[in-house]
Amino acid sequence: MRAAHSASLFAVVAALGSVPARSDAARPPAGASSCTGCHAAGAAMGALDGRTEAEIADALAAFRSGARPATIMNRIATGFDERESRAVAAWFAARGAR
Amino acid sequence: MGGAADRAPGATRRSVLGGAAASVLARPALGGARPRVVVVGGGFGGATAARELARGGADVTLVEASEAYVSCPFSNAVIAGLRGIDAQVLGYDALGRAGLRLVRGTASGVDPAARRVDLGDGTALPYDRLVLSPGIDLRFDVLPGYDADAVTAMPHAWRAGEQTVLLARQLAAMPEGGTVVLSAPANPYRCPPGPYERASLIAHFLKTRKPRAKLILLDAKDSFSKQKLFEPAWAALYPDVLEYVPLASGGQVAAVDPAAMIVRTDFADYKADVACIIPPQRAGRIAARAGCADRSGWCPIDPVTFESRLVPGIHVIGDAAIAGAMPKSAFSANAQGKVCAQAVLDLLDGREPESPRLINTCYSLVAPGYGISVAGVFRPTDGLLADVPGAGGISPPDAPAAVRAREAAYAESWYRTITGAVFG
Repeated sequence: MRAAHSASLFAVVAALGSVPARSDAARPPAGASSCTGCHAAGAAMGALDGRTEAEIADALAAFRSGARPATIMNRIATGFDERESRAVAAWFAARGAR
Repeated sequence: MGGAADRAPGATRRSVLGGAAASVLARPALGGARPRVVVVGGGFGGATAARELARGGADVTLVEASEAYVSCPFSNAVIAGLRGIDAQVLGYDALGRAGLRLVRGTASGVDPAARRVDLGDGTALPYDRLVLSPGIDLRFDVLPGYDADAVTAMPHAWRAGEQTVLLARQLAAMPEGGTVVLSAPANPYRCPPGPYERASLIAHFLKTRKPRAKLILLDAKDSFSKQKLFEPAWAALYPDVLEYVPLASGGQVAAVDPAAMIVRTDFADYKADVACIIPPQRAGRIAARAGCADRSGWCPIDPVTFESRLVPGIHVIGDAAIAGAMPKSAFSANAQGKVCAQAVLDLLDGREPESPRLINTCYSLVAPGYGISVAGVFRPTDGLLADVPGAGGISPPDAPAAVRAREAAYAESWYRTITGAVFG
């Protein structure tokens, strides 16, 4: 997953020339980069890459409302509104698809 | 295009550990220099930032003095005999293959005008931007009797490694019915719930291995992280073992006498068989040498970019930074490393960094299989990182044992994930 991600970043760098400019698609939306502190392949918390945008956004909404039981995600999901959650979800879905 | 260390006249082959790997992975020269970023400190913050900066296309040099990193998270379990120190040791081999240059050395000074980091051996590392992640410096000039020589008789074990093993050995060798004295400092310091997790696991050790032994926890404050979870758990699990003495009851340590093994407050002398003193702290030394530390000893930063408020071109992350409501934890340092790297890349590209959001999650063990947590979501507000209202908080006080067991398992899983991501 990491290899694929860095390869795609490299493609962007190579395409744009010597200045390591990156496309906006490579920039994580606010909050997204923190998620991988826990979420990874093989972890009890599970990886986010490879899940669909709807799957992640729905899970965050359910954690936020309390509909889905959680030990900690209820406390984290409440830090993001619907729009912010969807941006994070879309970014992980796109990252997994690359 | 040569890297910073290659250009530096004083650089030696011996000091450029990542050189071979870095040159294999170096991206093709495309007609211009890649911006040079030097990262000082290979802990959870610096190693993360270095990786992310390299991934984003910067020419990265990571300066780290140690051959391997010894992780503080879970080191309290080592002290209590529940885990070997080997599980805490994280090598730098993988980082050396991550497209960055790993230089073994100690940054002895920074010239912010010349944008250059100097190493003790004469090596000079020029930078376009510098990231300092120096962790903490223990203060041996505050608590009478607790100087650098006192740490053998009274370990702090607040930087993991030899000190962790020493304290574990002293506990294991302690006679039955002995007394352990543990002292917690005033805020701010590395790992706010750490002293209380340590007290919990030492109490567990005494309860199971040292009949009639006692632990006295002396605290320089009256309230602490996860207090609403720790105190009921102590009352339930360790009622005859752990005695908590807060500031209001005279818990502030006034002096220590390592030769006599006495820990002194204004109200009493505590004779210890084993004493663990967690002293006051400040940002790692290079932060002050670079001019980034204020009178508090810590580093004020811009909450969007983590750029120093005092020295332009230098960013400070991790325990050394004044990150507002964000606690000094490994999880925070990792999250800050990623956000800071993104901001540095943006600034080098001439783009305005976006306002970030950061998460902290911190697990503590009250006993084996009994985990509790605090979480927070943070964003820049009025120039500081502040809690997002309505988010975060601690585990429910009334959670059943199954939830505590699940949080203990999640704690282990978090450790594997974050160490894999940063050092693996």
